[in-house]
Amino acid sequence: MDKTEAQGPKSGLAGAMEWLDKRFPATETFEYHMSKYYAPKNFNFWYYFGFLAMFVLVNQLITGIWLTMNYVPSGDGAFASVEYIMRDVEYGWLMRYLHSTGASFFFVVIYLHMYRALRYGSYRGPRELLWLIGMAIFIALMAEGFFGYLLPWGNMSYWGAQVIVSLFGAIPYIGPDLMEWIRGDFLMSETTLNRFFALHVVALPLVLCVLIFVHLVALHHVGSNNPDGIEIKKNKDENGIPKDGIPFHPYYTVHDIHAMVVFLFIFCAVVFFAPEMGGYFLEKPNFEMADPLKTPDHIAPVWYYTPFYAMLRAATFPLFGLSAKFWGFVVMIGAIVIPMALPWLDRSPVKSMRYKGSISRIMLMIFVISFFILGYLGTQAPSKAGTIAAQVCTALYFAYFILMPWYTRVEKTQPEPERVTG
Amino acid sequence: MSDGAVKDAPDGEGEGGATNSRRYFLIQATSAVAAVGAVGAAWPFIKYWTPSAKAKAAGAAVKIDVSKLAPGEMLSPIVAWRGKPIFVVYRDQAVIDSLEVDTNGLADPDSANPDQQPEFAVNPWRSERPELGVYVGICTHLGCSPKYVESENFEETGQGGFFCPCHGSKFDLAGRVVEGVPAPYNLEVPPYQFESDTVIVIG
Ligand code: HEM
Ligand code: FES
Repeated sequence: MDKTEAQGPKSGLAGAMEWLDKRFPATETFEYHMSKYYAPKNFNFWYYFGFLAMFVLVNQLITGIWLTMNYVPSGDGAFASVEYIMRDVEYGWLMRYLHSTGASFFFVVIYLHMYRALRYGSYRGPRELLWLIGMAIFIALMAEGFFGYLLPWGNMSYWGAQVIVSLFGAIPYIGPDLMEWIRGDFLMSETTLNRFFALHVVALPLVLCVLIFVHLVALHHVGSNNPDGIEIKKNKDENGIPKDGIPFHPYYTVHDIHAMVVFLFIFCAVVFFAPEMGGYFLEKPNFEMADPLKTPDHIAPVWYYTPFYAMLRAATFPLFGLSAKFWGFVVMIGAIVIPMALPWLDRSPVKSMRYKGSISRIMLMIFVISFFILGYLGTQAPSKAGTIAAQVCTALYFAYFILMPWYTRVEKTQPEPERVTG
Repeated sequence: MSDGAVKDAPDGEGEGGATNSRRYFLIQATSAVAAVGAVGAAWPFIKYWTPSAKAKAAGAAVKIDVSKLAPGEMLSPIVAWRGKPIFVVYRDQAVIDSLEVDTNGLADPDSANPDQQPEFAVNPWRSERPELGVYVGICTHLGCSPKYVESENFEETGQGGFFCPCHGSKFDLAGRVVEGVPAPYNLEVPPYQFESDTVIVIG
């Protein structure tokens, strides 16, 4: 009996899998990316955030599609349709709060995910391309948030977008035409709203999904880094399996589900008890409809852009015959893209902060503190003292990167261990 | 026979080289044509984003009645021209006099930048009549709409003016920008004329 069963076609689930595997690499793909993907066994807290980012992305996609079912992308209808969703659509308020809170949490998670890379040198070879893809995701995510913020057509939406689009006007020669091209009009109008809607709900989500896919393909090709910053692939057993690796599934899938539960506790607490987060997640002036004739008394972007916004405002004097406005644009764009150079700026013989010298650690600490201070300053009305503080922090922010080739070479580092240290 | 053919290729250096360079040329030429085609195909998609005929037609002239405006006031509610807020201020004699002499700390006191006003407004008041100032109420920094500050003294001008809440730019009552703020230029003066003593036509 046993014999005939083993030889004949399998029945039930196993048979279905066999049928499928002949036509589609289902088991092969699962093994390559999950059950036979060997991740370092010493992952810690900082390694939850890639998975959590994917989880928040799914939240954004689903709640976003549901919101689109009742949202009206027109100058007269947009603001009213959001109020309608909040008041009259069954669970409309929940969809909206999940989506708006999700946007803020997306950035919390991504900033922590990126900080992890700074901490453990994950951007270093052979993960340079992985890092660059990550940076592309970050920029696409900022664009996604920006386009989405215009959609409620509140007064802060309107003037916030006006300021950011006007930034492009600072580019010499082509600036004014470029601005008009982005808006499709001589001022922010329904035309602008319509195209931002198309970009927010179709174009950028597609771009993000493709980028995340290649991010993961690149990651699984080179393998994960780990808190020790050493390559586990250098130490393999007789079967070619890294000695310090464990299969991603089931070990890290279960691990990540744990993290998801904790994350959901915090996330839901905000969604249900503080969805506006004191004006940081949803800003007060946005409860008024867009008024092209009246700027709110104090305009500030949502918190996740404020560090860069503070750097934009920190440029207050002309230089080399170019206006302060132009330099503000350059400083802001520069601050966003400069991390792309990290793989080539870091000259340390070791990757992880665990083994780098004290200058690297102090510089990273100063960098993080400056980023927080800039984030705070960006939420505040402009003042003399605030501007000076922002200028100092901007200098420190850039110093972290620009001085890196120097300080990573001169400092004394600890030797890396042979095997991961748990 | 196939043997010979395979052997021939590496041996016959000259001929093989010629074939390769011909192949290389054809690949290059095809790529170049494809690139031109791709750029051509992208053009309609780019051009699609520029203002439509409807948006271009929306720039009609606007009439503003200033008969109820009193000295020291700015016209309210604010009127829109091409969707942009238009500030109309009625200046009293003290302000008119001070605009002529208090030019310390201004970035462009003589309205030297020709893009920011029509020819007729190149004067200390940047207006056709000294008492009535007409400005586009859009900050020349990043496009917020400044607030009218009536009595609060700007230390730089000793008068009221316009204050932009977004990044703190300041303009005097003739729309001239103060030095050391983010805004690079004076407020724009729109093209306008007086239809009668109390009616201004913008555009
Ligand atoms: C939608 C956004 C993103 C998603 C869904 C995502 C997803 C992931 C996942 C699942 C991992 C593996 C798990 C982990 O190491 O935490 C990972 C690793 C990584 N990601 Fe992302 N990521 C995103 C954005 C970014 C950004 C913005 C950057 C940096 C600019 C970045 C840089 C990296 C790097 C360097 C690694 C490897 C880290 C290591 O092995 O130590 N990612 N990403
Ligand atoms: S927009 Fe007015 S100061 Fe920046």
